[in-house]
Amino acid sequence: MNEINEFLRNLLFLPKQASEYARSIDHLHFFVFVSSMIGAWTVVATTLVFIVRYRRRRALQTTEHVDPKPIQEAVFVGVPLALFLAFFAIGYPQYVTLQTPPKDASDVYVMAKKWMWKFAYPGGPNSTDVLRVPVGRPIRLLLTSRDVIHSFFVPALRLKQDVLPGRYTQTWFQASEPGRYPIFCAEYCGLGHSAMLGELVVMPAGEFDSWMEQQRRTNHAAAQDEQPIASEDVDFRGNLLEQGRRVAVVQGCFKCHSVDGSQHVGPTWLDLYNRKVKLEDGRSVVADEAYLTRSMMEPNAEIVAGYKPVMPTFQGKLSAPEAAAIVEFIKSLRTDAATPEPQKGPIYVPVSGK
Amino acid sequence: MPTEAAATPQLAHHFPSLEAQEHAARMGMWLFLATEILLFTVLFTAYAVYRFLFPTGFEDASKFAHVALGATNTVVLITSSLTVALAIYYARQGESKKTVALLAVTIAFGAAFLVLKGFEYHDHFVEGQLPGRYYHFEGLSGPGVSMYFTLYFLMTGLHGLHVVVGMGVLTWVAVRAARGDFSRSYSTPVELGGLYWHLVDLIWIFLFPLFYLL
Amino acid sequence: MTYNSPNYLNAEKGLRSWFLTLDHKRIAVMYLVLVVAAFALGGFFAMLIRLELLTPGPTIMDAMTYNRMFTLHGVIMIFLFMIPAIPSIFGNFLLPLMLGAEDVAFPRINLFTVYLYLIGAAIAVWGMIQGGTDTGWTFYTPYSTTTVTTVAPVLLGAFILGMGSVLTGLNFIVTIHTLRAPGLTWMRLPLFVWAMYATSVIQVLATPVLGMTLLLVAVEKAFGFGIFDPARGGDPILFQHLFWFYSHPAVYIMVLPAMAVVSEVVQAFARKNIFGYKAVAFSSLGIAFVGFFVWGHHLFTSGQSTFASGIFGVLSMFVGIFTAIKVFNWTATLYKGAIHVAAPFVYFLGFLYFLMFGGLTGIALSTVSLDVHWQDTYFVVAHFHFIMVGATIMAFLAGLHYWWPKMFGRMYSERWALAAAVLVILGFNATFIPQFLLGNMGMPRRYYSYPEQFWSLNVASTAGASLLAFGFLIVLAYLVVSLVNGRVAGPNPWGSRGYEWNTPSPPSVLNFPETPTITRSAHDYQDALEGEVTHAH
Repeated sequence: MNEINEFLRNLLFLPKQASEYARSIDHLHFFVFVSSMIGAWTVVATTLVFIVRYRRRRALQTTEHVDPKPIQEAVFVGVPLALFLAFFAIGYPQYVTLQTPPKDASDVYVMAKKWMWKFAYPGGPNSTDVLRVPVGRPIRLLLTSRDVIHSFFVPALRLKQDVLPGRYTQTWFQASEPGRYPIFCAEYCGLGHSAMLGELVVMPAGEFDSWMEQQRRTNHAAAQDEQPIASEDVDFRGNLLEQGRRVAVVQGCFKCHSVDGSQHVGPTWLDLYNRKVKLEDGRSVVADEAYLTRSMMEPNAEIVAGYKPVMPTFQGKLSAPEAAAIVEFIKSLRTDAATPEPQKGPIYVPVSGK
Repeated sequence: MPTEAAATPQLAHHFPSLEAQEHAARMGMWLFLATEILLFTVLFTAYAVYRFLFPTGFEDASKFAHVALGATNTVVLITSSLTVALAIYYARQGESKKTVALLAVTIAFGAAFLVLKGFEYHDHFVEGQLPGRYYHFEGLSGPGVSMYFTLYFLMTGLHGLHVVVGMGVLTWVAVRAARGDFSRSYSTPVELGGLYWHLVDLIWIFLFPLFYLL
Repeated sequence: MTYNSPNYLNAEKGLRSWFLTLDHKRIAVMYLVLVVAAFALGGFFAMLIRLELLTPGPTIMDAMTYNRMFTLHGVIMIFLFMIPAIPSIFGNFLLPLMLGAEDVAFPRINLFTVYLYLIGAAIAVWGMIQGGTDTGWTFYTPYSTTTVTTVAPVLLGAFILGMGSVLTGLNFIVTIHTLRAPGLTWMRLPLFVWAMYATSVIQVLATPVLGMTLLLVAVEKAFGFGIFDPARGGDPILFQHLFWFYSHPAVYIMVLPAMAVVSEVVQAFARKNIFGYKAVAFSSLGIAFVGFFVWGHHLFTSGQSTFASGIFGVLSMFVGIFTAIKVFNWTATLYKGAIHVAAPFVYFLGFLYFLMFGGLTGIALSTVSLDVHWQDTYFVVAHFHFIMVGATIMAFLAGLHYWWPKMFGRMYSERWALAAAVLVILGFNATFIPQFLLGNMGMPRRYYSYPEQFWSLNVASTAGASLLAFGFLIVLAYLVVSLVNGRVAGPNPWGSRGYEWNTPSPPSVLNFPETPTITRSAHDYQDALEGEVTHAH
């Protein structure tokens, strides 16, 4: 049974099944796929047989007038309808399950905004783009958006829920396989739509509990939603450059700014410091510390030529030392200096069989 | 072109007879009216959804509607429907003068409706009872209140536009009637123009209770 | 019957005689030129999109340009190509010929729709030049009301195009009701007419809803009335309901005409009466009716109530059944036929298979739980391209080849046509089968860049798209060439029994010298007729 499951899963390029729910969805998928293929290829074969058997033998050949018997049309309707309704009879209860979280589920609040995910555990830490959950326990997600519609999508869980501004939606899952799985935004939300990546980290229950305990101890202000929280084991006592890089990761700067010179939503940070920058309104400024800080706090005041005014303000989201740390980090990014550690979003290895 | 076309100048070459042509014109008009109703259906749906979401907001806001002006306008429009129906009747009788006079009265009623509506709009503007982000009325706030005025202005505004278009259509029909285009055997345009005017009236009959009475 | 009037192409000369023509056939030819131009433009954008997706990161354009590109591709292909293509070209050209009429009921309105099309297209294109729109063709709020790009011109353009679509539908309904020749009973109507009738009903009933909805978005974007704005109590999901109330039936506006075309093609090339005339005719009306009640299957993951999702899911299965009936009946039509495999028939087969596989993936999406995984992924993209490109464009090409000799009096090169048909069908499969697999893997749609694991399948898809584009170019080339040096076709080169073939090729200005009286069905092949032109193999 498991071999068949793995064979079909690989045949259809489906990602690893990270929950029992995902397995059951795939089983319906296999049933639908196999029965559809049998039906469709039967029709294809029939047409091919007819084309050969009833090929035209002379021009203007006349043919027998054939009318259907009622029973034939009834079969044409009945057989597919029975099959389709069987699909539905399996699929709909699965959907109902997905829409009804169990009572003992623990909650995680999900806040989406252009273009990042924020996760908050009640009474616990917040985190950006990384959702940690324990294996084997039901988790309910309560999702809302700050701006436009997003959609929370974890392929490995076969799970998707639109995230709407102005209201909460919910969904739930119970992961059964520890591991790291990508989170995508599935509803188009603008420039950074495809960069709005996150990661679901499914941890063994004990490990999760001790992580949570540690987070509670180190972060007092953790429950506050807006506060940028060092969930990624940020060590703020490290050097300023490293701190700047960390803050930039947490704030999602790299969704729009590259550090290797490549063009993206926003200007690259490589060699930005002290460069003469041409602005949209024709002026040019030197990208010094003051300009870089201004760009974080009032991003739309001075737009670099060729870019769109899409950057959100970080006024109130970055403390002064954090902004300074980012500036220090940008200053360090020079082609003539040693290349810093490459910065990319989480990279996922292609799924393969067992 | 076949000879019969020469006999009746209104008959287009691709129709077998004048009856068939009038049948087609009438059917086309009814289908067009159906699309007009569907255009408004979107707004009626939005009204239903938001009234369901904000029952008290809508109730409170509708107290600021000018019921007297609205009721007068209802009477004006219903009367105009009567005059346009009479115009169709006289057009069928071939009495062009009466047709023109009745159409003129109908157009005047339409204008009166717009004037009264203008007074209403003016009051709402002065009070700041405006849609969405323009809403700044001191006397009432709360969820759904500005949505009431959003829908009020959108729906009565679109309706007002239809009144204007209807007046234009009736003017054109009246000019043709005065020119003597219509006779006992051919008065379809008067009828179609009248149908359109009835639709304008009908939509108001739904708008009036929704915004003024409920 | 003697024809003493000249053919419609030669009757009058000069551009003015085209721009002011009331002849349904000339209007059809004008639409052919406009719609093919729109298709070329939309296809060009599709190729740019595929090139951008050749590598995981930025390839040839920045994210903003890419977002505008897929919006343009969607808007052009749907509003300027898919919706008008078959009704405005073949519907206009053939309806009067099939009904034994001289013209459609309202020729002036018919000409007016051409100008609406031009104005709507011009406004939309102008808006795209003025900065473009980056919302996707679905214009979802609140993104569309808050984006920095200009949205209003495109919305207005779509509204005007919608008006044209309404008027075309209205015109066709009245024409079918009032201008049937003596003896042409409803049960003798060619199946093309039935499906066109069903299409027109949808156009008339659904398009005004879309028009109003798009205007509301424009008002919201321009003035901030708050109708879809959650901050002012508005409901963004209401937009999705209103939008899909039109846009799902619009899918049937795009696919029913395709069914209309192939119902004619399959009978002509199998020389066989359709199996189950009533089933095929009434299933079109069934699709038009049930199609209005399935829009909620676009909202399974939007947080709509579980109950509503169930209802919409079941009803979607029934829409699938009406399509299944047709597929089986077309297949059964081949039984005991006399099949000649020419280019239109190859496209018919392409249509049949793609509709079937596309339709079955639609059924899979309607199972609700599977849709949760596939919603907004490339699986959905591949699904609707199977229906729209796979089914509708194949049918469009089938019809174009089948009626080409009727419209222009010349035969195209059959050898080139067969080669191009094979290329198009192969290219199509290579483009969209990888997209199904990408959807299974979980690649969301409208992605500018993507993680590396999606790379190889995207390369395959882009390669397929190049093949497909090449195939289309070949079709265009030999069709244009045939206008000049194609073999003269004669009135009925296929030996078809359809009423439209009872005219010379190209037809004369007034279609028929006198109103014909219909004595047989358009699909009878059991007896030989007198004076049929010998079919050249």
